[in-house]
Amino acid sequence: MNEGKVQIETRLGQKYKHGFFTEIDADTVPPGLSEDVICLISAKKGEPEWLLEWRLESYRHWLTMDQPNWAHLKIEPIDFQAISYFSAPKSDKDRPQSLDEVDPKLLETYDKLGVPLHERARLAGVAVDAVFDSVSVGTTFKKELKKAGVVFCSFSEAVEDHPELVRQYLGSVVPQRDNFFAALNSAVFTDGSFVFIPKGVRCPMELSTYFRINAMNTGQFERTLIVAEEGSEVSYLEGCTAPMRDENQLHAAVVELVAMKDAKIKYSTVQNWYPGDEEGKGGIYNFVTKRGLCKEENARISWTQVETGSAITWKYPSCVLRGDNSVGEFYSVALTNNFQQADTGTKMIHMGKNTRSTIISKGISAGRGQNAYRGLVKVLPTAANARNFTQCDSMLIGKRCGAHTFPYIEVKNPTAKVEHEATTSRIGEDQLFYCLQRGISEEDAVSMIVDGFCKQVFRELPMEFAVEAKALLEVSLEGAVG
Amino acid sequence: MLKISNLHASVDGKEILKGLDLEVNAGEVHAIMGPNGSGKSTLGNVIAGREGYEVTEGTVHYNGEDLLALSPEERACEGVFLAFQYPVEIPGVNNTYFLRAALNAQRKHRGEEELDSIGFLKRVREKLEILHIGDELLHRAVNEGFSGGEKKRNEIFQMAVLEPRLAILDETDSGLDIDALKAVADGVNRLRSPDRAMVLVTHYQRLLDYVEPDHVHVLSDGKIVASGDADLARKLEAEGYKWLEDGGIAELKEAETA
Repeated sequence: MNEGKVQIETRLGQKYKHGFFTEIDADTVPPGLSEDVICLISAKKGEPEWLLEWRLESYRHWLTMDQPNWAHLKIEPIDFQAISYFSAPKSDKDRPQSLDEVDPKLLETYDKLGVPLHERARLAGVAVDAVFDSVSVGTTFKKELKKAGVVFCSFSEAVEDHPELVRQYLGSVVPQRDNFFAALNSAVFTDGSFVFIPKGVRCPMELSTYFRINAMNTGQFERTLIVAEEGSEVSYLEGCTAPMRDENQLHAAVVELVAMKDAKIKYSTVQNWYPGDEEGKGGIYNFVTKRGLCKEENARISWTQVETGSAITWKYPSCVLRGDNSVGEFYSVALTNNFQQADTGTKMIHMGKNTRSTIISKGISAGRGQNAYRGLVKVLPTAANARNFTQCDSMLIGKRCGAHTFPYIEVKNPTAKVEHEATTSRIGEDQLFYCLQRGISEEDAVSMIVDGFCKQVFRELPMEFAVEAKALLEVSLEGAVG
Repeated sequence: MLKISNLHASVDGKEILKGLDLEVNAGEVHAIMGPNGSGKSTLGNVIAGREGYEVTEGTVHYNGEDLLALSPEERACEGVFLAFQYPVEIPGVNNTYFLRAALNAQRKHRGEEELDSIGFLKRVREKLEILHIGDELLHRAVNEGFSGGEKKRNEIFQMAVLEPRLAILDETDSGLDIDALKAVADGVNRLRSPDRAMVLVTHYQRLLDYVEPDHVHVLSDGKIVASGDADLARKLEAEGYKWLEDGGIAELKEAETA
């Protein structure tokens, strides 16, 4: 990686060569990262000058940064020059033409998850037209949103259709220089989602990437921006629960949420990227920066995440509670099995008066999984009467896994109240035996006990998501005991 | 129904049961009494198949089959029920949900159709009525935050719903006040049936004031040292377990042969 970086650094300061992209007509850029590559990405997407400049600024800053190493994770060195930073979405011709061409193991998993038949093909990446007729769910969906004035589109479309909004809010919550991976994302992000909920509008349906047809192949550097204007409300569901056997090694996404006065944003994630095999080979590095800003009073941002996939998960969905009386919430289930590692948690930054935050974190470790909760509760001098409640529970399945808790609390206002509770438990042999003695099989018993452990978080998820999340835990825990 | 011959069992390499014999027939209620450390709870755990309880010698036959060859869940599905001395809490798992999962696992094993939620609830209501207990236990997590009495009543309730053929009640009477004890005893009496056998493992005689056993056995140092009817239990209560060691066993044997 260092070698590659030296090469990059020699290019530092070089100016964008206009028209460069015409020299290459391939759809996939060769591996490697440079200003040229960034210019190419920007040009391919037909971006305005300001966005290209923004990317380049990010890139130049990224070159001066080092990959952080403070997390409780063992990470193999990443060769940033070996990654291909742009590839055009697969054409329908390259995709499987029917379910018969899809890996039967994947289909088996869909079956276990209860994914509806007509959805399986789409999730497996079968050419869309072969799956949906012209009056697709997605089309109906878009019409209804338009009627309500809600904008829900890909990031690229937003840059084209709503440049002023994108320009106003992009990087306003997660600045380009925020951290190593956010800077990298800012330089090379390929696509993602954009949501804008106008003043006073309550979004008529859950917004799910599941329904956004072009959510496929948004790539490893995804960028999401959600803006909720005064008095508006939205619930956003990220990811679909079916396993995406993505081959990409590194996923460095950025999500920014902005909630104005009295606005509510609920952001739910079910993450099930490829975790690597049972020996710990392969799998996704999921290094994500997610942050929400409660910009004005009475704003409310709620993160709910169920993290079962990826070889390494490193994310801390956070809330900056700037507006008085604003509320931040974080509900998390993180599961690590086999050789998976997770270092995840949240940051609650209390700035406004009477701001409140709740953190409920459930970590489950099985196999040789390592699971760390890392959370910061920060109360600034301006945050009179701030309140936080943190509950952080860990469950161990088997004897070779680990659970770790790193809570950081910084309180600079004497009227604040901060509570922290933490427990660690092992799935007791007595609990298991109790279930077995009633006739319940060991696997069913484990998933039942784990499900009970996670209940506080699952009930925050939209109904259908909760059902799938539960099924997903069961699949992820298969063979964890015994 | 249950035939135990010369059963030896160890925990952590220490022999607890040292040649136990016991025969229980359908429709019978047996009480097994004994001082602390005599092996009462071990017996229940061995029959239920708990890990860590190693059978080193002897046999256990259940309806003519080798019970020891079955896994714990298979034994449960075959109708062996253990009411726990210390019922386990499972936070976040609804009591009704748990019980339905258990019942349906057992029904599936027996090749019966699984009950849907309506059918299951109907059955639950019936049992609640028989046992004269309210439905407040249904909506809570399995044993979570239950009082001692509630936990024991929940065991009896589970037994009622699962309808086992052989029920072993491990010190179900311990730690209960008199009202709770009566409630538990009442439940046991209502669940007596010609095709169900029950084994009450207990330290005290007081449960037997409310449940009249057909047979009483005294367990001492890993063996059944005396068997008799309900009078034996009363004698033990009056004389104390120490009486056994001080020649009581011989006295009983004499009485048996006379």
